[in-house]
Amino acid sequence: MIQARLRRHFPAGPDSAAFSLDVEFSAANGITALFGPSGSGKTLTLDCIAGLVRPGEGRIPLDDQILFDAQTRVNIPPRQRRCGYVFQNYALFPHMTLRRNLAFAAEMWPRLERHRKIAEMLEKFRLTDLAGRKPHELSGGQRQRCSIARALIGGPKILLLDEPAAGLDLPLRAELYEILRQVRVEFGIPMLLVTHSMDECFELADEMLILRDGRVVQGGPPAKVCDRPANIDVARLLGIYNILPVEIRTLDPSRNTSVLRYGDFDIGGEYYPGRLRGDRIHIAVAPQQLRAVPKEGKLAPHQMPAQLLRVIESPQAARLEFAGDLHVEMPRGDYERNKHYKEWAIEFPARSLRVL
Amino acid sequence: MQIDWFPLWLSLRVAAVSTVLSFCIGLALAYILANRNFRGKEILDAAVALPLVLPPTVLGYYLLVAFGRESILGRFHEAVFGSPLVFTAEAAVVAAIFHSAPLLIKSARAALESVDHTYEQAGRTLGASEFRVFFEVSLPLAWRSILAATALAFARALGDFGVTIMIAGNIPHRTQTVAVAIYDAVEAGNGQTARVLVLVISAVTLLILTAANRLGSGFLPARQGVR
Repeated sequence: MIQARLRRHFPAGPDSAAFSLDVEFSAANGITALFGPSGSGKTLTLDCIAGLVRPGEGRIPLDDQILFDAQTRVNIPPRQRRCGYVFQNYALFPHMTLRRNLAFAAEMWPRLERHRKIAEMLEKFRLTDLAGRKPHELSGGQRQRCSIARALIGGPKILLLDEPAAGLDLPLRAELYEILRQVRVEFGIPMLLVTHSMDECFELADEMLILRDGRVVQGGPPAKVCDRPANIDVARLLGIYNILPVEIRTLDPSRNTSVLRYGDFDIGGEYYPGRLRGDRIHIAVAPQQLRAVPKEGKLAPHQMPAQLLRVIESPQAARLEFAGDLHVEMPRGDYERNKHYKEWAIEFPARSLRVL
Repeated sequence: MQIDWFPLWLSLRVAAVSTVLSFCIGLALAYILANRNFRGKEILDAAVALPLVLPPTVLGYYLLVAFGRESILGRFHEAVFGSPLVFTAEAAVVAAIFHSAPLLIKSARAALESVDHTYEQAGRTLGASEFRVFFEVSLPLAWRSILAATALAFARALGDFGVTIMIAGNIPHRTQTVAVAIYDAVEAGNGQTARVLVLVISAVTLLILTAANRLGSGFLPARQGVR
């Protein structure tokens, strides 16, 4: 269990804007994803925990030890913090073989124990046959495994991973996720995973923290965060591109319905507690949850006519962009069947609308 | 005609001893300049570079004052070793150190600073002391550049004239190094000796510089392993 309260201001430099980090969070055993755009302070947060960057203010208790406390001037040096750190470029020592890389990190164990640990780690991460090679003789995935093994061999109390999937292709990524899940079970320590992939959060994380401009804007289990984005920024970060400004026309708690005015079209929604008639609010809806249907004859009242601007196809899905910045994603097969239609209509399923 | 080879051997010996000492002092100073932040760092950095730009006679004069028989260091040396330091072969070593170490410090500092700091950070998070980080990570990664700088320092130590003549003098078969001997030979109209010594020292230096270039331009291990 780690708790961290970090604050540090970086004044503007000749080639960098001013930045201030001000985060507070706790992470239990298991995987906690730090999610956010580039420059939101994710890596900086890891560096503060590992002791590579000194926060100006704050406190970092890890299990029963205090790693840093600005008030009582506690600042344990990185080598005594027992934070396993997997750097983004792996940072394997290029002049050492894999075995030496592991031995470097296992120095604190007594000699016999050390050899046993190294052999065990090599075996566990399928590196035994490569132990005599140097990092530049290895593939990206092998380096990645070695880097994780090296970070774990000293028996760390927390594992910090800085974008471990960056630069890996899909099969290697799947392999990495498998390894991380295994580590999660076997080591039972908090793992902080820096990422800017929502898929990765869903695939791995027990909890996620959304960082933006040096602040934690929302935290919680990925599914819950995705269901209830705290504000427009979070919704955009999560890839929920459809954000509609609407006005509440009617609210009916007994039937759990509402009518929302969007431009000159009425969308049927659910009852939103705490909102009043006449409120102007934003609703967000994921592209996958909107439905687009080809316009044939007269439209039903819940169908909004929309002008199709362009279509982006990917192996599984087609993403349709409509005028008014509405995005709809549908299985590619569904789109292929209807691609000859020019005019379309959009349906807004009431249950998929999220009030921001 | 008989050529006296003593100055060449003396020069090589003086350069070898002074390079070993320069290497130890230089590495320590380079480490401090590359890794520590303290008040007066700029002054120390400038002071280290001073011997590169000062006229050798000025440097020699300072050393004469510092190590002369009347000075504290001079008297200390005389008390310990029973003989004065100035105008001995040891003085030539001191001269060569001051002449060549700045080059080594500058290059070694640059080499240490060019090592990707992520490796050092990684070393620290893996529980290594600063001592281990330096000797097992930074130094091996900067090794080739530092070795090249050491070769250059050796070549420079071999060629010192001004500082040597100020504090070691020109005593044949005792403190007369090659550079001094050539000057002496020319002054005495001994053209052949001068020519031979000039050619030999040029060849030796050329060899060292070639070696240094090959070391320096070889692959830098520090750049490897990162895509």
